Amino acid sequence: MNPIVVLGSGLAGYTLVRELRKLNGDIPITLVTRDSGDYYSKPTLSNAFAQKKEAANLVLTSARAMAEQQKFTLLSNTEVRAIRRDDKQLDTTSGAIEYENLVLAIGADPIRIPLQGDAEVFSVNDLSDYARFRDKLNGAKSVAIMGGGLIGCEFANDLALAGYKVSVIDPGPYPIASLLPEQAGRRLMEPLKDLGVTWHFGKAAERADATGQGYTLTLTDQSTVSADIVLSAVGLRPRTQLAKDAGLSVSRGISVDERLQSSDKSIFALGDCAEINGRTMPYVLPIMHAARALAKVLSGEVAKVTFPYMPVVVKTPAHPIAVLPVGRDAAGSWKVLEEGQGIKMGFFNPEGGMTGFALTGEYAKERSEMTARCTA
Amino acid sequence: MKVWQCVVCGFIYNEAEGLPSEGIAPGTAWVDIPADWACPDCGVAKSDFEMVEI
Repeated sequence: MNPIVVLGSGLAGYTLVRELRKLNGDIPITLVTRDSGDYYSKPTLSNAFAQKKEAANLVLTSARAMAEQQKFTLLSNTEVRAIRRDDKQLDTTSGAIEYENLVLAIGADPIRIPLQGDAEVFSVNDLSDYARFRDKLNGAKSVAIMGGGLIGCEFANDLALAGYKVSVIDPGPYPIASLLPEQAGRRLMEPLKDLGVTWHFGKAAERADATGQGYTLTLTDQSTVSADIVLSAVGLRPRTQLAKDAGLSVSRGISVDERLQSSDKSIFALGDCAEINGRTMPYVLPIMHAARALAKVLSGEVAKVTFPYMPVVVKTPAHPIAVLPVGRDAAGSWKVLEEGQGIKMGFFNPEGGMTGFALTGEYAKERSEMTARCTA
Repeated sequence: MKVWQCVVCGFIYNEAEGLPSEGIAPGTAWVDIPADWACPDCGVAKSDFEMVEI
């Protein structure tokens, strides 16, 4: 029997392999990855600098050890050129590979906003990006971060804690505006300012010009920010080209149903590249739930993924945050429940049921209780 | 006292500090945490944690 072929060695790919092995010791698995395949936890990339971690310290298990433990065939440093669906075959830089079922766990690319001028703009989306960024930080004193969302704020906290002068530039009105109500988002500003972060909301960076060892950034209101390094953290775009070229149904991500099955019944998608019933969910908890369901489906069980309430934890130790976000068009309103060294807010639907929450500072630790209080 | 890290999300469990908000008292050794305990951040099972040196 041909193997289940998993493309991608990130959290989605490796979690699926682990879950598959829990259910089935013998099923052949081949893992194809364009990087080394060393296992690391991606959420730690925006938290590792203040801990003085080198990229190599973030590797939890080498690719070789993973392959031995989980009994799969590893094809590392291998690019997939095309999926030949009629032959159930992959065309790769390591030759042709036949599959019984194929799982696309190929992740997402950082979105880059055009910046005029000559700056080298970094983004940190994987371990090798982290290594390059960390190298560049040696000897630098200041960092400008484009994007004040979840990842931008986590990096701001981490770099400020490590002693860098950090400027955060975002066209939105306050931190993490896509997930948090304004009163909660603003709570993050003072604690990070105390660490040395300067906020620039309501503007975008237009151009960057080399000056001395760093850059002068000109913002849309013509004010300037100087920084040795420019880091971009404005969001992710699912990687869909391979699927599109193969004629699979693709929308924002690779379209799959609640069985994680694409428009081809032998091809599945999982993680940041996937759009599950119209939703992309680039967070850890949804990946875990989806991987468990897909492991069952691939083992021949009747299964489909269901998502419980999944709070998102923002790793900003200066002012921790946990949020159960609500959809943009959700009916209801935010209410302040408590205020102290932080804020506790709930989102209530017209019937009075709580369907979301935002907890900051001292309240962040109440996320389990608050999740339990939420109603469908 | 040892420190453990979730291999999925990087959550850190420090035995000395425990996890009072989850009902785990300071000083609770890893072996004494119930097997059905899961990471509060990402939900992975106790068996998927690893020990790290910090």
